[in-house]
Amino acid sequence: MNDTPPGADTRPGTDLRPTTGACPATGARPATDAPRPAPRPQPTVRTCPFDPPEEYRTLREQDPIAPVTFPDGATGWLVTRHEDVRAVLADPRFGANRRPARLGSPAPADTPLPPPPPGMFLMMDPPEHTRIRRLLTGQFTVRRMRQLTPAVERIVAEQLDAMASAGGPADLVRDFALPVPSLVICELLGVPYADRADFQRDSSAMLRLDATQEEARQAHLAMHRYIHELALAKRVAPTDDILSGLMQDGRLTDEEVAGVGALLLLAGHETTANMIALGTMCLLGNPGQLAALRADPSLMDNAVEELLRYLTIIQFGLRRVALEDVELGGHLIEAGSTVLASVTSGNRDAERFSGDPDRLDVRRPYSPHLAFGHGIHQCIGQQLARVEMKAALSALLDRFPGLRLAVPAEKVPMRDDMLIYGVHELPVTW
Amino acid sequence: MKVIVDEERCVGAGQCVLAAAEVFDQREADGIVVLLDAGPPDALHASVEDAAARCPALAIEVRRGGA
Ligand code: SF4
Repeated sequence: MNDTPPGADTRPGTDLRPTTGACPATGARPATDAPRPAPRPQPTVRTCPFDPPEEYRTLREQDPIAPVTFPDGATGWLVTRHEDVRAVLADPRFGANRRPARLGSPAPADTPLPPPPPGMFLMMDPPEHTRIRRLLTGQFTVRRMRQLTPAVERIVAEQLDAMASAGGPADLVRDFALPVPSLVICELLGVPYADRADFQRDSSAMLRLDATQEEARQAHLAMHRYIHELALAKRVAPTDDILSGLMQDGRLTDEEVAGVGALLLLAGHETTANMIALGTMCLLGNPGQLAALRADPSLMDNAVEELLRYLTIIQFGLRRVALEDVELGGHLIEAGSTVLASVTSGNRDAERFSGDPDRLDVRRPYSPHLAFGHGIHQCIGQQLARVEMKAALSALLDRFPGLRLAVPAEKVPMRDDMLIYGVHELPVTW
Repeated sequence: MKVIVDEERCVGAGQCVLAAAEVFDQREADGIVVLLDAGPPDALHASVEDAAARCPALAIEVRRGGA
C-alpha cells in the first residue's frame, strides 16, 4: 500500500545517491566549484498580479543559477534563464522525484526522498515514467483533441447560457472557468461530474502551500481512494473512457491506475481553470490587446500561446533533483541537490522573447515557451488545454461584448497561496 | 534537408504536429511521432526547424545540406 501524496516525506525510503561533489577517486572537487555566495531566499512576493516577483529580472541578469533557500528552509538552486531552464528540464541527470514546495512544514533536508506514489509518473524517471506515460499519450494527440473540439464548445456554450440567464454579476471561476475543464476531464476519464465538490476540495487541499504534510496526505489519500473505487467498478462494467481503458488494458496495477487517474483529474481541471480565469482578467486589464483580439478573432491561437507565456501559472517553478554531480553555467550542482527551474522567469527572458517580454502582446510571434514545461515531462494534456482555452475565451468574448470586472482589480483574490497561480474568484458583469 | 525522428525519445507531446502538420503526425494508438516526409520541400524547412526546436524530448533531428 502506498498512499503518500505527491511530495509528502512521510515514509522511509532508500536513497543510494552519493551526496558529495568530490571525485570518488581523488577527493578533488571540480574547478567550477567557485566560492559559493550565501543563498538568498527564493523570491515569492509579487508586486503586480500578472508579473512574477521583480527579483527574477535581476537574477536572470546577474545570477542566473543562484543558490537559494526555499520557503520551507531547505536550500538548493534557482535557475531563471530560459535557456538554462530548458537545459535542466531536458537533462536526464536531473530526476523528477523531489521534495514538495510547502511554506508550512520545514523539510528535514537530510531525510531521503521516498519513492513516488504508484502511478504518479510526473515524479518518475525513465524507464518507469516512459512505461506509464506511453499508455496515455495516444489519448491526448493533437488529432484526438481536435476531434473533441465540438464537445468542448458545447460544454462552453452551456455554461455561458447558464451564466447569462442567471444574470450578472457572476463569479467567472465558479460559473465558467472551473466547470468547463472539470466537465471535460470528467468526461474523458469517466469520473462522475456530480462528485466534483469532493474532488475539487481534495485537489485544492493538495495545492495549498500552507497545508501541513498531514493535510496534503489526507487529501491525496481521499482522492486516491475515490478513483481506486471508481476504477474497480469499471473493471466489472467498463465504459468508454480512459479509466476503463486502463483497467481493461491490464498493464498497470489497480493502484497505478488510481494514481494516474488522480493525477490527470487534478492536473486536468486546476491548471486550465486558472488559465481561463486569469487569462480573462489579464485581457480585461489590457484593453488594447482585448480590442485587437475582438477585432481579429484569428489571433486567438496566438493569444492563447501568449497568455500561457505571459501568465505561466506554475508560479514556483518545477523541481528537480540532481542524480549525479552536474556542472551548470560554471556552478557545480552536487548530487542530491534540489534545482528549481523557474518556468515563469524563463518565459520573461528578454534574450528569448523579443520586444518587451513583460508586455502582453497577442501578436507576438510564437517562440517556444515553458508554460507546459520542457523535456520528457512536458504536459501530456497541453493539446487539451489549448483546445479548452481557445473555445472558452473565444465564446466568452463573443457572448459578452461588455464583459468587465465587477470589483476593482485590487480586490480580486489572487492565488499567491497555491502551487498553481490564478484567481480564487473573479467577479464579472456584462 | 533530411529529417530523422527518434521514436524511443518521443513523449507524444504533439508539438511537432502543431508546428508542421505536413511533415509530422502522431500514431493513433500511442501518440508517438510519425514522420510523413523525411525530405520536406524548401517551403517547409522553417516550420520543420520550428518543430525540432519545440520538441521537448529532442526527438527530432534535422540535417541540412542533403546528407
Ligand atoms: S514534439 Fe517531439 S515528443 Fe512531441 S510528438 Fe513530436 S516528436 Fe514526439
